[in-house]
Amino acid sequence: MSQQNRRMQIGTWLDERIGWSAIQELAMHKRVPMHRHSIWYYLGGMTLFCFLVQVFTGILLLLYYRPTAEAAFESVEFIMTDVPFGWLVRSLHSWSANLMIFFAFVHMFSVFFMRAYRRPRELTWISGALLLVLSLGFGFSGYLLPWNQLAYFATKVGTDILGEIPLIGEWLLVVARGGEDVTGATLTRFFGVHVAILPMIATFFLLLHLALVQKQGMSVPIGEEYKKAPSMPFLPNFAVRDLVGWTLALGILVLLSSIFPWELGVKADPLAPAPAGIRPEWFFCFMFQTLKYIPGKVFFINGELLGIIGFSLGGLALILVPFLDRKAGREERNVLFTAIGWVVILYIIVFTVLAYVE
Amino acid sequence: MGGRYLRMGMLGALTLAAVIGLHGRTASAASSCITCHLEFDDPAIREPAVKFEEDVHNLRRLGCESCHGGNPAAGAEEGDPELAHDPKMGFRGEPSPGEIPEFCGGCHSNVEFIKQYNPKQRVDQLLEYKSSHHGKLLASGEQRVATCVSCHGVHGILPVKDTRSPVYKTNVAKTCAGCHGDTKLMASFGIPTNQFDLYKSSVHGHKLLEEGDLAAPTCNTCHGNHGATPPGLTSVSNACGECHANNLAYFNESPHKEAFAEMGIGECETCHGHHDVMHPDDDRIGVHEEAFCVRCHSEGDAGYAAAAVMGAGLDSLKRALWAAHEILDRAERGGVNVALGKFDLHSADDAVIKARTGVHYFDTTKFNAIIQTGLAETQNVMALGEEAMHDLWLRRVGLMFTVPVILWVAIALYLRIRRTEREQASNS
Repeated sequence: MSQQNRRMQIGTWLDERIGWSAIQELAMHKRVPMHRHSIWYYLGGMTLFCFLVQVFTGILLLLYYRPTAEAAFESVEFIMTDVPFGWLVRSLHSWSANLMIFFAFVHMFSVFFMRAYRRPRELTWISGALLLVLSLGFGFSGYLLPWNQLAYFATKVGTDILGEIPLIGEWLLVVARGGEDVTGATLTRFFGVHVAILPMIATFFLLLHLALVQKQGMSVPIGEEYKKAPSMPFLPNFAVRDLVGWTLALGILVLLSSIFPWELGVKADPLAPAPAGIRPEWFFCFMFQTLKYIPGKVFFINGELLGIIGFSLGGLALILVPFLDRKAGREERNVLFTAIGWVVILYIIVFTVLAYVE
Repeated sequence: MGGRYLRMGMLGALTLAAVIGLHGRTASAASSCITCHLEFDDPAIREPAVKFEEDVHNLRRLGCESCHGGNPAAGAEEGDPELAHDPKMGFRGEPSPGEIPEFCGGCHSNVEFIKQYNPKQRVDQLLEYKSSHHGKLLASGEQRVATCVSCHGVHGILPVKDTRSPVYKTNVAKTCAGCHGDTKLMASFGIPTNQFDLYKSSVHGHKLLEEGDLAAPTCNTCHGNHGATPPGLTSVSNACGECHANNLAYFNESPHKEAFAEMGIGECETCHGHHDVMHPDDDRIGVHEEAFCVRCHSEGDAGYAAAAVMGAGLDSLKRALWAAHEILDRAERGGVNVALGKFDLHSADDAVIKARTGVHYFDTTKFNAIIQTGLAETQNVMALGEEAMHDLWLRRVGLMFTVPVILWVAIALYLRIRRTEREQASNS
């Protein structure tokens, strides 16, 4: 039997069961518009690549990691020293986590500036914004898992903020920590959230996000003449180009992980004084720094609470962007939204740098 | 006229004190003594009342009358505050310096009384004082000696644990120097006055006064406080041994013990000094120009040869340890986790401390045994360091192969798609 016949037979077999030919048809006819901003289309794929690295390395780490206050640090130390290539797997996990969040932010801003959220892609934007929030949740819950001194105190400070929320703050704090304080119960809880709850929710939104992208196709920025603009087939042209990016990203990840392996630090000691220079992961720094600048009391409102309200409203506004930018829906440019986007980028960069400099 | 107003004011204060019921041995914040004494402008009368506010006795609700006697409530009805000072009421007034130890000891040597306030408080201070050089001089009629108030202060007495107290550990040397640095006063006793300056320059003074290390000794650590007596030639080493126990124990086993006794020289202080004890760096061991050993030993004698062996042994251990630190640091900078090596390094670091103490055996056999143990521990760390460096090398080699392969795949994919696109263009 020739190779072509065998392939056809497999195709027919799959077609009868899952409608393979329809999928193949969709893939073969899917096209990606080409214009001067096309480069930004690759960022979503890059974020997806980092997520896949996270899943793969995370599963490997699960083989040795033990989520208790007594054993967590030692198990990560064991992974780093005694497990063959354990140091590489853990470093890849940490580096790709950070790159994933970085790419997610850049992807979000590129989509924002290209107005790719406008009708009929509102749900794609909303699912993407939720995925960004989930990524931050992955980052926050994963940071504590090695149970080292910095992570312990950063989590303490981070969860303290929850307690500032009126009425339900105390309850939320106890739920998040599994008790009054950050303890082994918090670690076990964060572990569960990190490896089960968040992946489940993230997988749902990721599939939804990808399905919507396939359904709607790539958006073209306002002003780019879609019909006149050239396009390239998704398969193989765009997909292989995506693969080139993924391969390069893998190279960068391997380089970073080998030359700058992720540090483990010192085991958390709840009785030790808080180390100097506690700050959260870089992607939370702009919020952390903002909270530091808000006075203790603004009129009669607690400063931290005001900050939390501000960030919550900011998050809500982010999700609702497609409905707030009415001009984009009418295929009109919106200078105000562009300006807001740049101000937010500038704010994030400046406050993140300040958190590291101070 | 002014006297009349003052008298009236004092009477008013006394009446108020009587009305609010201040009487008996215990006082309160509004003692009539305080109220009256504060009315005076004369600092000698006013100051005790001002300072007494934060006095530890006042905080324990012990009033002026607890020491000075008298009755703060007396005289209010009669309109004569002087009645509070009535000797019939037990008023004792101001004690002379010679009376002070007994004056304070009246309560502080009374076990039943003192335990009411502080169950852990000692009560042997007066007994110790009487045995001290100060106490003996006082008993001989000399009034210019230190008594309780010379160190603890008076009326504003603070608890010893209060950092402002003149007898808080970091303040003791300065308090002693108040008298012992007074050249005129000390000249009459034939005592030198440079101890405080020598102490400040010493390793002990540096630790306590500059670094705030409360484990470092001060005057009373060696001399005692209430029983202050200069340690004699044979007892200085016992004072040192209170903290440096192993050094003293090794020295007592050493050949130097007998030799120093025969020569009639001190023990620890012969090499290290006393008030000006310097930091004993490692150059003091061996046959360097700065070494203590060459002060007595010269080339050709057995002591000189032993000093050379000990100096060389310590150097070899330090060099090995430096190499172990260096290799672990290099591996760690390269990103290899060296936690196990660093843990073992603590034990190797301890070996140097043990060797420095072991010098006091002045016995090359015992000293070399410590060095050999240390070298073996260091060797273990070196092995871990070398393993870590090998691991690092493997990572680098792996990287050298992996990155070009990844790059090659990326380039190949790119060229492939370019070729496909060219074919697509020519077909269309």
